[in-house]
Amino acid sequence: MRVGLFVTCLVDLVRPEVGFSTLKLLEQAGCRVEVPESQTCCGQPAYNSGDAATARALAERVLRDFERFDYVVVPSGSCGGQIATHYVDLFRDDPDLKARADALAAKTYELTDFLVNVARVERLASDFRGTITYHDSCSGLRELGVSAQPRRLLALVPGAKLVEMKDCRNCCGFGGTFAVKFGEISAAIVDEKCRNIRATGADAVVLGDLGCMLNIEGRLRRIGDERTRVLHVAQVLAGDA
Amino acid sequence: MQVQSMHFKSRATMKLADARLQKNLTKLADKFVTARARALAELDDFEGTRTAAVERRNRALAALDVWLEIFERNATARGATVLYAETREEAARLVVDIARKHGVRKVTKSKSMVSEEIGLNGAFAAAGIRPVETDLGEYILQINDNEPPSHIIAPVIHKDKEEIAELFARAHGTPRKDAITALAREAREVLRGHFLSSDMGISGGNFLVAETGSVAIVTNEGNEGMCTIVPRVHVVLTGIEKVLPTLEDLATLLRLLPRSATGQSITNYVSLLTGTRGAGDPDGPEHMYFVLVDGGRTGLVGGEFQDMLRCIRCGACMNHCPVYQKIGGHAYGWVYPGPMGSVLTPSYVGLENALDLPQAATLCGECHVVCPVKIPLPELLRKLRERQFERGLRPWHERIALAAWGYAARRPSLYRVASRVAVRVLAWMGGERRRIRALPLASGWTDHRDFPAPTGKTFHELYRARSGAR
Repeated sequence: MRVGLFVTCLVDLVRPEVGFSTLKLLEQAGCRVEVPESQTCCGQPAYNSGDAATARALAERVLRDFERFDYVVVPSGSCGGQIATHYVDLFRDDPDLKARADALAAKTYELTDFLVNVARVERLASDFRGTITYHDSCSGLRELGVSAQPRRLLALVPGAKLVEMKDCRNCCGFGGTFAVKFGEISAAIVDEKCRNIRATGADAVVLGDLGCMLNIEGRLRRIGDERTRVLHVAQVLAGDA
Repeated sequence: MQVQSMHFKSRATMKLADARLQKNLTKLADKFVTARARALAELDDFEGTRTAAVERRNRALAALDVWLEIFERNATARGATVLYAETREEAARLVVDIARKHGVRKVTKSKSMVSEEIGLNGAFAAAGIRPVETDLGEYILQINDNEPPSHIIAPVIHKDKEEIAELFARAHGTPRKDAITALAREAREVLRGHFLSSDMGISGGNFLVAETGSVAIVTNEGNEGMCTIVPRVHVVLTGIEKVLPTLEDLATLLRLLPRSATGQSITNYVSLLTGTRGAGDPDGPEHMYFVLVDGGRTGLVGGEFQDMLRCIRCGACMNHCPVYQKIGGHAYGWVYPGPMGSVLTPSYVGLENALDLPQAATLCGECHVVCPVKIPLPELLRKLRERQFERGLRPWHERIALAAWGYAARRPSLYRVASRVAVRVLAWMGGERRRIRALPLASGWTDHRDFPAPTGKTFHELYRARSGAR
């Protein structure tokens, strides 16, 4: 299986280790992974800011970079959702590009979805000591149906005990530029998320999206919680946590 | 109602700092979210019912003019008068004129959000006519100096029992009561006199049924019957988009509306009112009017926001909205709050008067998931953002930042260089603890949380180095 890894801009910039954990998981699952060098961003910031022209230009670039692969894997439900559900909307007036976007959408997977439903991973060379709680990121959950997959994989990690938090499917308040434009409202939302995480007493909150990760980690540290680790699901599954 | 949506941010700040409101807003999740989930579980096939509801609403909207004409013909045949108002002002004028024509001095009102839209109580007051709100929530707001509702189905969700107890004691001049039943009894005693001395009743309309010329109204308190059957004149005030072709359509929507709204299988009352009092009828109004308001609705027909007209005003989108749950309805600054309001307000009162509303959403998608008629609210909010961007209705610094980022992101080699520089600067700013406590241009983030700092190299840089070493 020839897999194109779409790293995502936030992993590239802020948490490269998540990219390497993803790479490791895909290689262990028997994939031949390539990382196209000319990839930048899926275009979601432009799309959600109303700049459709820039969003389309970036989407076309992703099409060019990734349509040659059997599968495209993304360690983010948000960027994965952008490619798999919104490109089609961006190209609704262009039949050729829309057809290409449809084809790309069909082979684009969020990481845990790919590992469970395509690579059929049933064993993981990983271990983790402690309790974890899983935060469902909005786009992965609601656009791509990612919910059971990460939990199923986490159950394969020896030593990791999952404790569900209250309202694990509720938004963390990130929302891209929303967190900057409406910082106060966003903070009130993430505060509730942090309370729910801390109420489980888990050693780590595990999630599948960098946006939520930075938001939750940033707020936990600001309120003085130095104990709760904030980990991307790839890090835990790859044994890198 | 006067538009205050341009003050969204400062209002939201106030609401976040209001500890009492914050406590009261927790009722949303505890009450509505849980109750809705339970009620919908009763349906054998929620998704199928939802799909049917979408089809039925779409069928009505696809030929809105035709169904309105059929409605008008059938309502007129049963003795009602159907009037149309293009603007909110015209609608208020029509209702006041009806009241004047019939020598009305007191009007009893059942709950109607369209009456908030058109500022009807103000128009009545100016004409020397006394409007009395009889929905308990609306009544509470009216005696509190005409405070606006903060939710479309639970107008006083922002208040607690104690606030209402104090208000009743003050407004009624009675000893303070703490039990909810005692408060409800006190309101009933006051309202009973108004019901019996009212000259005209006003109701909203959840749906209009074209094939029978009827209005369908769902309520829980029983006040609606006292407004629509007891007085001489009954005016139904609602939007033109509320028409449904048949009673069968109504049956489908009634399976979803109460369940999505209050989590009830069915409301205490479902009224289907048709025409004036006939010969031999023991009760009913002598005169029945329909004032059907456009107020910007036809502007959505046939365009990319037409889906919004399917809305059945259940409130599920706001009950489940992470933003609404934190700031309540008043911050949104007009009649309709939450996700549906953030689409309707700019559409009805102008995008330039509500610049923050399309932006004030995390686009988490929950509103779309819970909507009984599958309105793609996040998509519509995004389309409003596109309109803002096209019309230059965003701040200059945001436009420059977006343009600079977009320029680089389209040029991979430039982007690589820029991102290498950026992660090094950010890593340096993060120091040993790897966190940034203040970022220029992103204080909205760093005022409230740290920014976890990068390690100093990008993934692509590390990956190329690693592949090169292999």
